Amino acid sequence: MTPIWIAVIGASVTAFLNKYVGHSVPERWLNKPRFMRINTLVPIVLLSALVAVQSFADKKELVLDQRAAGVAVALVLLKYKAPFPIVVIGAAITSAAIYNWF
Amino acid sequence: MDRTGISVAFTVGLYGAAFGAAAVTAGFSILQSCLLSILLFSGASQFAVVGIMGAGGSALSAIATATLLGFRNALYGLQMAPILKVTGLNRVLAAQLTIDESTAVSTLQDNDADRKRGFYVTGVGVYLFWNLFTFLGALGASAIGNPSVWGLDAAVPAAFCGLVWPRLKNKLQFIVCGLAIALALLLTPLTPAGVPIITTVLLAVIFGWKK
Repeated sequence: MTPIWIAVIGASVTAFLNKYVGHSVPERWLNKPRFMRINTLVPIVLLSALVAVQSFADKKELVLDQRAAGVAVALVLLKYKAPFPIVVIGAAITSAAIYNWF
Repeated sequence: MDRTGISVAFTVGLYGAAFGAAAVTAGFSILQSCLLSILLFSGASQFAVVGIMGAGGSALSAIATATLLGFRNALYGLQMAPILKVTGLNRVLAAQLTIDESTAVSTLQDNDADRKRGFYVTGVGVYLFWNLFTFLGALGASAIGNPSVWGLDAAVPAAFCGLVWPRLKNKLQFIVCGLAIALALLLTPLTPAGVPIITTVLLAVIFGWKK
């Protein structure tokens, strides 16, 4: 089995367990203030780290290329409350323009 | 309410297309991309799996990151269980549909019958659109040769930005976001791919520990 298959199946199993456990355990098990505070921050740190790595990493090197420009445009569009498709397309057009013309 | 549910489902469909394209760009086959949407069915976790594998990370770090991101679905399950009151196979089905959108639409309703209906209409709608568009996105991206030519290399982190942005509501959250970015970039040259991402969970623990 390739690593990608392991990731697909493994992550699918744990995702379902997460969902199923919530429906099955008594509320007091998970409903603790400290746990809730940490849990609010978990998606923020993981997704921010993913943005950073996907924008600036090339294997193990840090680089500044067309992707950073695309992501910068995405952030500006988000700041002005643009809808999701516009944000993604704006980033893609910017990145593609720089990649193809420079 | 049905309109809210369906319009939510349609918007999510567009994310699905972005996901399908991201998965294929990261080296997943169309089948693997679609299986993630069918089986895993939780956007942020799916994006994390393809993001980490695409960067050359191990399956273990992809699974661990996706699992941590999926923990909020357990909390949604807690919230939905007393409303849905399901057992057996119906609980399996309800669990699979327990995601950001179905829970959000449900909690906007003001009686239990509507909450239940909101949950299922949105959950099923999002499931159908998410899977259809994942397939179309994956198909589209596999027709493209070099992802950089079409800007797909920036579209993927831009889609992530769209997932993080609505979660940043106060100063602490902005600071933690900034620190996570700094830590991940600092670790990138030093550790195997995937490690810089999962390590940032430490920041969530540190900053969430004390009120």
